[in-house]
Amino acid sequence: MDFIGKRTIWFAISLAIIIAGIISLALQGLNMGIDFAGGNKYMLKFDEDVTSAQIRVVLADFGLGKSSIQESGKSTFIIRTKLLSEKENTELLKALQKKLGKMDVLSNEKVGPVIGKELRTKAFWALLIASILIVIYITVRFQFSFAIAAIIALIHDVLVTLSFFSFTQVELNTSFVAAMLTIIGYSINDTIVVFDRIRENIGFRKKEPLFETVNKSIRQTLTRSINTSLTSIMALIALLLFGGETIKVFALAMLIGFISGTYSSIFIASPLWFEFKNRLSKPKRVHI
Amino acid sequence: MKLGLDLQGGVHVVLQAQETAGREVTDDDMEQLKSVMRQRVNELGVSEPVIQREGKRRLIVELAGVENPEEAVELIGKTASLKFKTEEHGVILTGKDLADAKAVIKPDTNEPIVEIKFKKEGARKFADITSELAGWGRIAILLDDKVISNPAVKEPIPNGQAVISGGFKNYNEAVQLAALLRGGALPVDVKVIEKRNVGPQLGIDSLNKSKVAAIIGIIAIMLFMMAFYRIPGFIATIALVVYGLLVLIVMNSINAVLTLPGIAGLLLSVGMAVDANVIIFERVKEELRNGKSLRAGVDAGFKRAFWTIFDANVTTLLGAAVLYYFGTGLIRGFAVTLSLGILASMFTAITLSRWLLRIFIRVKGFTNPKMYGI
Repeated sequence: MDFIGKRTIWFAISLAIIIAGIISLALQGLNMGIDFAGGNKYMLKFDEDVTSAQIRVVLADFGLGKSSIQESGKSTFIIRTKLLSEKENTELLKALQKKLGKMDVLSNEKVGPVIGKELRTKAFWALLIASILIVIYITVRFQFSFAIAAIIALIHDVLVTLSFFSFTQVELNTSFVAAMLTIIGYSINDTIVVFDRIRENIGFRKKEPLFETVNKSIRQTLTRSINTSLTSIMALIALLLFGGETIKVFALAMLIGFISGTYSSIFIASPLWFEFKNRLSKPKRVHI
Repeated sequence: MKLGLDLQGGVHVVLQAQETAGREVTDDDMEQLKSVMRQRVNELGVSEPVIQREGKRRLIVELAGVENPEEAVELIGKTASLKFKTEEHGVILTGKDLADAKAVIKPDTNEPIVEIKFKKEGARKFADITSELAGWGRIAILLDDKVISNPAVKEPIPNGQAVISGGFKNYNEAVQLAALLRGGALPVDVKVIEKRNVGPQLGIDSLNKSKVAAIIGIIAIMLFMMAFYRIPGFIATIALVVYGLLVLIVMNSINAVLTLPGIAGLLLSVGMAVDANVIIFERVKEELRNGKSLRAGVDAGFKRAFWTIFDANVTTLLGAAVLYYFGTGLIRGFAVTLSLGILASMFTAITLSRWLLRIFIRVKGFTNPKMYGI
């Protein structure tokens, strides 16, 4: 496969996804869960058969009729409301129990607006600092041009993942931030393996056109890129299918990020680096 | 191994001390808050509770394996300021004057009550006031500025003992109040700004499900490696088992707490652990294709792959370090297991896989390059 020659196509595909994603982000944003937006969230399991309509009736008594109610397994519901005081919380649970029969409170979470705001700030700084550290590391170990290409690939993966979550409106929680940080660490991991090979091959094949060298390097590392992603993706699919409700968002975010990371290390990072190199050193390379 | 709150069930609460008009929350307040909280939590009978300050005005309380999380949170967040008030003298005694409090059922009426006992100083004051008001006055008992009973003083009470009755729906409520009074009132009002209650049922469920996911994931990875890389793949699965043991031993020895994100981190690092092996094996394959002998190919493959593996993993470790620095409890669990996993995987891939591979290529019957995935 000609990775470099067809680079315009790869760039166009990614741009299309990201532009659609940015439009979606601007129009409908992300479905921020209570970890970010604040609020209360319950996971309740009723002994008797209960419908979400019945739950909504009880919620309406507390002016919470607009809360989101999601069925998750038999007679088990995830209810998300606006922020409630401890007193309101107790009264709501009592009322549900009284009207709908015995229930188990599987989980009960509450996040105040301050905590949500802190998480947003922290997430921003964490992503920024991690990215800066990675650029520094790659600049030291490789060259600045590699670092820039790697960081663009990384931003690509972050944007693709965000786009996916904006399209699907899956509710985000704290683990999403952890997933994002892992994605950027891993996306770079994949990219480095290709770059490493380019660097090595340039040393060996000084007379070969850069175009060929990069293509060859990608081809040589292709099996590895795909195979390692496959093993991680197997782990993530197992988590997604069998890991239960709590870990789903995390596994999904990682899965999208890893797929995007594998794609970008093959189709974006190296072609992009070639583009930089080619433009910057054109006068010298005209004769090839 | 110690399980996190999300896997064994429990309560995680972040309390924020509230500033009241003209009164700032001081460091002393926070220390006192902490010590009162410790006593209250002890009343709950929780083993190894975590009570720690965060920032200037926050207290984190974590209780594992609580049977009734709702009740625990209610108990933790109550100010429990007790006041004895008369119309004539205003506030005469407070919770600070108490020596003891105990819930009992009144035998004649079957009514739950709380018996309290004042300290020496308080008892004297109580005796003075009751003898003054005997026969005509009343003493109101307020909890968190709400009147819970307002009994008439029938006769002087010299022994410093009194009873709080009324306002209890059941015996349990009386027990709770007695516990709160013994622990003392909070020096400042607090607000629950974050709460994560996980029932024990959900905890067990999460633990079981993530175990299943981990086992299926690992088996799938092993099968894939053996199908694709044959003998090296088989060696990788052995390395994987050793890697797993290594991680568990390290986690145990540093007393790491296993959380749900932690299990995810472990499983993910298995996927990544294979990465180092894949890089090496692909490299070995290439060397073999270039006409090198098995022995030379394996050596060259490992040598060339080392720095690639190193560079590739450092960036993931950087990400995990940042995550650890910024993250709280559960997320830190993920950062720890992921980092441990990466380090252990690099170690097993570079040392164990190489050693095993070198042994295999000498064994008769295993010297056909086809067995090495070419």
